[in-house]
Amino acid sequence: MQFMLLFSRQGKLRLQKWYVPLSDKEKKKITRELVQTVLARKPKMCSFLEWRDLKIVYKRYASLYFCCAIEDQDNELITLEIIHRYVELLDKYFGSVCELDIIFNFEKAYFILDEFLLGGEVQETSKKNVLKAIEQADLLQEKTEHVSHSKSFVGCKKAY
Amino acid sequence: MALTIVSQIFPREMIPAVLPLIEDKLQHSKEIIRRKAVLALYKFYLIAPNQVQHIHIKFRKALCDRDVGVMAASLHIYLKMIKENSSAYKDLTGSFVTILKQVVGGKLPVDFNYHSVPAPWLQIQLLRILGLLGKDDQRTSELMYDVLDESLRRAELNHNVTYAILFECVHTVYSIYPKSELLEKAAKCIGKFVLSPKINLKYLGLKALTYVIQQDPTLALQHQMTIIECLDHPDPIIKRETLELLYRITNAQNITVIVQKMLEYLHQSKEEYIIVNLVGKIAELAEKYAPDNAWFIQTMNAVFSVGGDVMHPDIPNNFLRLLAEGFDDETENQQLRLYAVQSYFTLLDVENVFYPQRFLQVMSWVLGEYSYLLGKETPEEVITKLYKLLTSDSISSETKAWIIAAVTKLTPQAHSSNIVERLIQEFTTSLDTCLRQHAFELKHLHENVKFMKGLLPVDKSCEDMVVDASLSFLDGFVAEELSQGAAPYKPHHQRQEEKLSQEKVLSFEPYGLSFSSSGFSGRQSPAGISLGSDISGNSTDTGLKETNSLKLEGIKKLWGKEGYLPKKESKTGDETEALPVPQENIIMENVDQIITKKDQSQVLTQSKQEKEKQLLASSLFVGLGSESTINLLGKADTLSHKFRRKSKVKETKSGQTTTAQNMTRSSFSSSSNVTYEEDYYLDNLQDRGDKEVKKFSLNSELLDSESLTELPLVEKISNCRLSTPSLFADNNMEVFHPPQSTAASLANEISLASSLLEETTEHMHSDLMEVCDNETISVSSYKIWKDECLLMVWSVFNKSASELKSANLEIAPAENFKITEQPGCCLPVIEAESTKNFQYSVQMEKPFTEGNLSGFINYQVMDTHSVQLEFSVNLSLLDFIRPLKISTEDFGKLWLSFANDVKQNVKMSESQAALPSTLKALQQELRLHVVDIIGNEGLLACQLLPSNPCLLHFRVHGDMLALWFRSSCSTLPDYLLYQCQKVMEGS
Repeated sequence: MQFMLLFSRQGKLRLQKWYVPLSDKEKKKITRELVQTVLARKPKMCSFLEWRDLKIVYKRYASLYFCCAIEDQDNELITLEIIHRYVELLDKYFGSVCELDIIFNFEKAYFILDEFLLGGEVQETSKKNVLKAIEQADLLQEKTEHVSHSKSFVGCKKAY
Repeated sequence: MALTIVSQIFPREMIPAVLPLIEDKLQHSKEIIRRKAVLALYKFYLIAPNQVQHIHIKFRKALCDRDVGVMAASLHIYLKMIKENSSAYKDLTGSFVTILKQVVGGKLPVDFNYHSVPAPWLQIQLLRILGLLGKDDQRTSELMYDVLDESLRRAELNHNVTYAILFECVHTVYSIYPKSELLEKAAKCIGKFVLSPKINLKYLGLKALTYVIQQDPTLALQHQMTIIECLDHPDPIIKRETLELLYRITNAQNITVIVQKMLEYLHQSKEEYIIVNLVGKIAELAEKYAPDNAWFIQTMNAVFSVGGDVMHPDIPNNFLRLLAEGFDDETENQQLRLYAVQSYFTLLDVENVFYPQRFLQVMSWVLGEYSYLLGKETPEEVITKLYKLLTSDSISSETKAWIIAAVTKLTPQAHSSNIVERLIQEFTTSLDTCLRQHAFELKHLHENVKFMKGLLPVDKSCEDMVVDASLSFLDGFVAEELSQGAAPYKPHHQRQEEKLSQEKVLSFEPYGLSFSSSGFSGRQSPAGISLGSDISGNSTDTGLKETNSLKLEGIKKLWGKEGYLPKKESKTGDETEALPVPQENIIMENVDQIITKKDQSQVLTQSKQEKEKQLLASSLFVGLGSESTINLLGKADTLSHKFRRKSKVKETKSGQTTTAQNMTRSSFSSSSNVTYEEDYYLDNLQDRGDKEVKKFSLNSELLDSESLTELPLVEKISNCRLSTPSLFADNNMEVFHPPQSTAASLANEISLASSLLEETTEHMHSDLMEVCDNETISVSSYKIWKDECLLMVWSVFNKSASELKSANLEIAPAENFKITEQPGCCLPVIEAESTKNFQYSVQMEKPFTEGNLSGFINYQVMDTHSVQLEFSVNLSLLDFIRPLKISTEDFGKLWLSFANDVKQNVKMSESQAALPSTLKALQQELRLHVVDIIGNEGLLACQLLPSNPCLLHFRVHGDMLALWFRSSCSTLPDYLLYQCQKVMEGS
């Protein structure tokens, strides 16, 4: 997987994760182009599209679009399932997740994504295990508020 | 946490620093940490594969980990590695199959289930690996038939995940060695996909079909109606995928319909990337399968006008080449050209239409070359049109240059020249220098019409180049000069070689003197001196001989070949070319036209939409249904050769014709451009020079080898003078002796003793190793580590009592090696029970650990059929490493100049606790040169042939050895580090 984007129906970017090194300018350009093309598509259309030499797999959940870019020979359906699994994870963690959850707890959303996907590949398919890891991290955060704060800061910075 | 960050975007330079830490984590007790460590290593592998190559064994361990997650993580790495080199991992097929069996059989913990499907991600990963492993390999494929069948059967739930698995299964089934039952099942699955109402599945079905269709076009027939529906689908993505599918099944019969569909889509789409892609495909198809001229030109016109300036520059170039070179027969060519000219003529008539620049360029070229086909009166008209184009503002100066060139070509044919004069007037004052120059050229040519006509003959876009290139008309001049005592012209490299040989002659004298006067009293000195002087004397002789023979040959060549070459030959030959009417082609065309006509008339009569679709289907799959069921591509090829470029026939010319349009432009300016011609002359001579070089290469080879063997000797002696206990000399002697004795014993066995080359005695060489044999011959090889290259010698021993004829040894070109054939690689006869040697010098082009060199030998026994025997030899990096003998000061200077460095700490075993012993081991194993040892630090140097130096710095503290590599080559240190580690672990 090359990158993952989350954006709202209004075209506002909510979350982004890049697994290939790109300059900020390129990232912005890609994001803008993709958001436009995906939003222009009708709901009945198929959720894959070929874009440049990549394939884009997207899915809409309520007002949020989840959008992954994969290479040509990757399996589209399983990517769709990755998106679905991620949504399930978010749902389970936040308890019926909504867009606001992701806006306000973006660092949590990133943590969950990192536990689930690593370097663009699925690393943990079990829902339970991912959530367990997140809970442990939360516990750690509560215990050493200060230290973990700086840590999460680093994590977020890296993620951008 | 840290591991997570590591596997995010990570700079390559930092890998060596954290690598050991992550390696430690592979043994961690917690699964999650092991898993993350593996994935981090995967990321490293993606960034810099050579830096993690020494831990491949650990990946294997991870594959066998008791936790499934860790195992799954390691699959990512394997997928990547197998993609690069599937043959190396064939032995793992068994374990992959077992894992997949367990997964499919539901033996995994429930945690890994996803919507009650066991570990889908794992399954897909495994299926992909199997597909890669089983590709074109029957034996490996057989292992996996069962498990594939099983997964096809199990995945029958109606859920996206199962579809994903099914899709991957189908993909695998079609990529491995085919088995009919599985293929049938897979085909059924594809059917399910295509017919599914879900749009995503439909898309995947089409994709699978596209993939499958190359192997089995009948499948497309079953689904033709669905495909037609998809063609009119509102979703452009589906449409595009369908077009992709059609592109694969195109043949001579259905081309018109398919290209029409593609053009329709092309007109709708706006995204640049799609246009470029599609335009390329259409042009390719049109070139391959075009049914007739009119259609071809029209299609290309459409392509040019839509594709415009974004398309690949190859397309117009190819098109022009096709027009210029023509096809197999002349009439066809003329028709095609005529049609092209006519269509462009009418296109230019249309007012107020803007064509892309590329299209205009093509038009102007064609009009300039071929408008004579239109008849007598037209050149003026064409010039008028072109002039109108020139004066419009919307045209770039590049296009204007094209147009002026076209006008120039047309002027000699035109009767009146008002417009041309006006044009000249206007553009000689142009601000654009290029245009101005063209205008001036035109002006001067225009003043001398007769000369111009001779210079710009009609329809000679390819042919006249040949005349120019041979430059035979200069021969008389050259001969005259030569007879007056002028020195013969020598090509650059020939001169250089002479200079070199002279230098050698000169340089050896002082060397000989210096070491005889130094009064060196070592044990080798007498031999060294005598050998040295011997050789230097010898080389003077051969050197002189060589220069003599060179001069002679140079003259002879000039007189010989070109003098006899008649100048007009090429011109007249082309004009009198026979013009037979190819009946086949015309019949073919007729058939095509009838078919299309029938289609059209039917379309008219039956207006119902459904019927129309069916018709479209029938026209689309025409080629598939009727005759070809299996080999679609092969058949299509035989049918439609006529529109293929005549690449084979014109191979010799292609070099010149590829630059056809440039040449035509420059050809008329060539008369004023003497330097240009001289270039040609030089090229021409160079070619001949090459031949000569081959001729006397036997001589020079002898010279080379001798003079080069002397160099190390000299070096060695000077080395000895510098540091008396020279390790190198020692080492050289040590290693040098035993192999020779073993080789000799071996050689005795197969009576090869005499066949070992003389050079062998001068250089270190490896043992004789048998690479292949049969009842008549046995081939053995050995490596000679010469100072400037690796010399591979293959000794062919004829065991039979009869002689072998036309023995020929060929080495397949390898990716990373530069292989140079030494003379004598094709021997007419190998006598009974004798041995012949074939030599190849090998150079490494970019560093890597190990490579394979394969080849075959051909021979004939007593006029019977020829026999071919294949063999391969492994070469390692070490074969190309030579000591680099430099002083400590030089080392310091070089050290600072190299940018690429790698550091690593290695644990030392007790046996090699002392630095000198370690270094000695390295020196012997890797052929490094020990520059200096200062306290607990050691300096070593080596070079990778031909000239990639690498410096090593060793420092001991405690039981750790800090290695520090620096080189001008970025990857070399990594490889060397790997080799060093191997040596240290081994000893």
